[in-house]
Amino acid sequence: MTDPGRLAAAWAEAVRGTSFVPLRLGELRSLLHRLTRDLVAAAEGADPASAEKVGRALVEAHFTNPESLRRTIVVIGDQVPGAVVAALAAGYAQALQDRTLLEQERITSAAVTALREAQAAEWQTQARYRAVFAEAHFGISLADVDGRILDVNNTLCRLFGYSPGEFRGRDFTLFTHPSDDPAIWQRVADMVAGRVDRIRTDKAYYRADGTEIWTDLVLTLIRDVDGAPSVIVAMLEDVTERRRLEGRLRHQAGHDPLTDLPNRATFYSRLAADLAAGRPVGVCYLDLDGFKEVNDTLGHGAGDALLRVVARRLRTGADPALVARMGGDEFIVLVRDEDAARTEEVARRVLDVIREPVEIDGHIVTVSASAGVATSACPVVRDVQRDPADPAAELLTAADTTLLWAKGDGRDRCAVYDPHRHRAELAREELAAAIPEALRTGAIEPHFQLLIRLSDGRPCGAEALARWRRPDGTFRSPAEFVRLAEEHGTVGALGQHLLRTACTHAVSLCLPDPFVLSVNVSAQQVHDPDFEAQVMDVLDGSGWPAAALQLELTESDLMETGGRPLQALTALAGRGVSIAIDDFGTGYSNLAYLHSLPVTVVKLAGPFVGDPVNTGLLDAVITMAHALGLGVTAEEIETAEQARVLRDLGCDTGQGFFFSRVHPPHELAGALGLPTAAPTSG
Amino acid sequence: MERPDWAPTGVDPTVPSVARVYDYYLGGSHNFAADRTFAAGVLRALPGMARVAQENRAFLRRAVSHLAALGVDQFLDLGSGIPTVGNVHEVARAACGPAARVVYVDHDPVAVAHGRALLSDDPTAAIVQADLTDVEPVLAHPIVSDHLDLDRPVAVLLISVLHFVPDAADPAGILRRYAAGLAGGGFVAVSHASSEGVPAAEDAEAVYNRAGSPHSMRMRSAAEVEQLLAGIELLPPGVVRIPLWRPDPLDDVPVDAATYPGYAVVARVEPG
Repeated sequence: MTDPGRLAAAWAEAVRGTSFVPLRLGELRSLLHRLTRDLVAAAEGADPASAEKVGRALVEAHFTNPESLRRTIVVIGDQVPGAVVAALAAGYAQALQDRTLLEQERITSAAVTALREAQAAEWQTQARYRAVFAEAHFGISLADVDGRILDVNNTLCRLFGYSPGEFRGRDFTLFTHPSDDPAIWQRVADMVAGRVDRIRTDKAYYRADGTEIWTDLVLTLIRDVDGAPSVIVAMLEDVTERRRLEGRLRHQAGHDPLTDLPNRATFYSRLAADLAAGRPVGVCYLDLDGFKEVNDTLGHGAGDALLRVVARRLRTGADPALVARMGGDEFIVLVRDEDAARTEEVARRVLDVIREPVEIDGHIVTVSASAGVATSACPVVRDVQRDPADPAAELLTAADTTLLWAKGDGRDRCAVYDPHRHRAELAREELAAAIPEALRTGAIEPHFQLLIRLSDGRPCGAEALARWRRPDGTFRSPAEFVRLAEEHGTVGALGQHLLRTACTHAVSLCLPDPFVLSVNVSAQQVHDPDFEAQVMDVLDGSGWPAAALQLELTESDLMETGGRPLQALTALAGRGVSIAIDDFGTGYSNLAYLHSLPVTVVKLAGPFVGDPVNTGLLDAVITMAHALGLGVTAEEIETAEQARVLRDLGCDTGQGFFFSRVHPPHELAGALGLPTAAPTSG
Repeated sequence: MERPDWAPTGVDPTVPSVARVYDYYLGGSHNFAADRTFAAGVLRALPGMARVAQENRAFLRRAVSHLAALGVDQFLDLGSGIPTVGNVHEVARAACGPAARVVYVDHDPVAVAHGRALLSDDPTAAIVQADLTDVEPVLAHPIVSDHLDLDRPVAVLLISVLHFVPDAADPAGILRRYAAGLAGGGFVAVSHASSEGVPAAEDAEAVYNRAGSPHSMRMRSAAEVEQLLAGIELLPPGVVRIPLWRPDPLDDVPVDAATYPGYAVVARVEPG
């Protein structure tokens, strides 16, 4: 036998690389040295069978490749007895078999364990799913792609009032409702064909007892492992109550709670839709006359009851037109009006029914209404301020404006929109709105008419008169805008402006002495708590002496003046300012009353001056005024004869076209150089 | 179509599994007929496949020994397969002594069930069922934190597994995220199948990418493997054919090492 060391080396060389788990060369050599010794022992001893453990050791060292055994036998076959080789081979085979069985057992056991775990997980998931299915808040049904219902949960049964048995096997596509969107069944067909995976819609159903439910329906397609449609899951949430509530809220949002009539918003959208569609319509805007009195005398409860009665009557009286409550005691009717006459007809009819007496809380109440009618057939004057164009709003405004005309014309009547009147009103509004800017830019300026001392025909003052310069250089007379300024509360600023500019201009001229600058003031101006201070401010600012200023008030303005405004006038009079009563002879002309006011001059109105039959009256008035210590000025003297008569009657001063026209500021100086008094005779 | 979450995966013995096929390459018997049938197809395309698996095992042994010599005693073996003989915890214990800690990670429930049975009495090694591409969940797994201290160096082993990660899953990003998760630094060891210069390996790859395969395969060139580790410091000798990675002095380097169908590399991760 070969030397064991050399045998081990040859053995290692033969089998290295045949192990499935390669050993380091050193490890392999030491293993095979040990095994060679065991082989030698087996060959030399009495127990060749002990070589079996060598075969087993080879397997343990992962020489499980049959090639390992073949090479081993080649190397050692002729070195040890056949019985030893046989034992080695038997041990190797036994160990390999043991190992293979063990590994198979282990991997099988691992596979079973893994499968069991997976099944447990799946079972848990399924159990959870069953619980979810049974206890869900949603009604759930499963159907195959033919529409046959496979299973339903309890919630769905409760929802529909059917038992599970009544559901199963039925075709879910038969659960139709008249309100179904026709497109929905096409989408279900798409789902069955696998083109749609999810559908969500609101859908109504009939319950077993015939009542109706609304549901939020979600259909989900479940596919099999190959992706083919297999099951359709339907989840239904009962939204009946929610829809009812939504409907109620929608109604509430669009209706007036007191009368249940449509409200302004609903009316407006209906009107806008009609106009947008080009339908001819008419609008009748109504307002109860005297509703406030009912409220005040019988209470708000009675007022509400009256509004309900009126609403009911309007609804029947105007039927089929749309009646809405705009708020308060205002109602509106929308009429389909093909010939532009029907709306007025409807308006007159509803005014008639409103006029019928109403019994409220035992009281018989009679009310009337005023109505403004506007139709889409009549072009509406657009308010240029409002932009962009809103035809519905414009028609409403037109009807509202017309309603004001009906009210202004004496109530209980119907007015029809008139674009010319509206345009004129709008023009006035525009002019009124332009006044503050005209004051700021000086477009409104004082012009002057000379005051003449009748005794010698010489100028002794001038009246400042407001003029508004147009862009083309012509002028608006005060008649056009002073009234507007009064209506819009700008007359105070206008008067103050006139006073300041007149004084400032007068100071700049070298005027004869004495010279009175007479300026008109309005009642509104005098009622301003700061009136006295404002006048003094102008005098201080311009340097015009108080004694040379005369403020003119009309007789009626002065008669209304009392309390604080009177104190202001008295105070100004105390500082030397003259107070003149303008247009005397057109009002009460109560000289005695004037005595109690701080008036210093009476200006006789034009018509009073121009009528020759008044000579006796003029004489009496002038005499009386002088007796009271008042000066007298005659206005609108147009002829030499008038001037002479007045002078002879003792009238102190006069003004009018006979002496001087009204001059713009730059002409005043020149005009003062032209004395034009009538020649004195006797 | 995506499988439902609860459907059992990898527990069907009639469907081959990557882990059991690999066991078969290694001469093991932890496999079923379906595994052996599939493996036979691969072996027809690449008869040296069994040797490839053996060389991978040898690289695993050399890499773990080398890393132990560099002071590493914690190992995270991703895609461990069936932890049979010559596995990491045995090599690590031989190299590091009883301080060695190993966590195996595999997504194959059978491999994991097997590993759990094998390691049930071993407090120093454990196995986690997870997909290695779920980086953060793996690093945060309680078994991982029970066994490994990420504040100390850890070696992440990706032996013969990254070619099962397609480009779409961003394997480079996965490596970067594992590296970023190693607060105490450590190493990444990778072996990767490659058909570069080995036409037969392309045929083997094609077998894996046919219907009936347990998993698709994406072999990569040396440059592509290096790209996977971009930004991480490669230890010498860098990316080399698997038998050429620090061979044992006593072992002969195979004459065909230069056409071996796979690359190996070990890289160093600096502490975070």
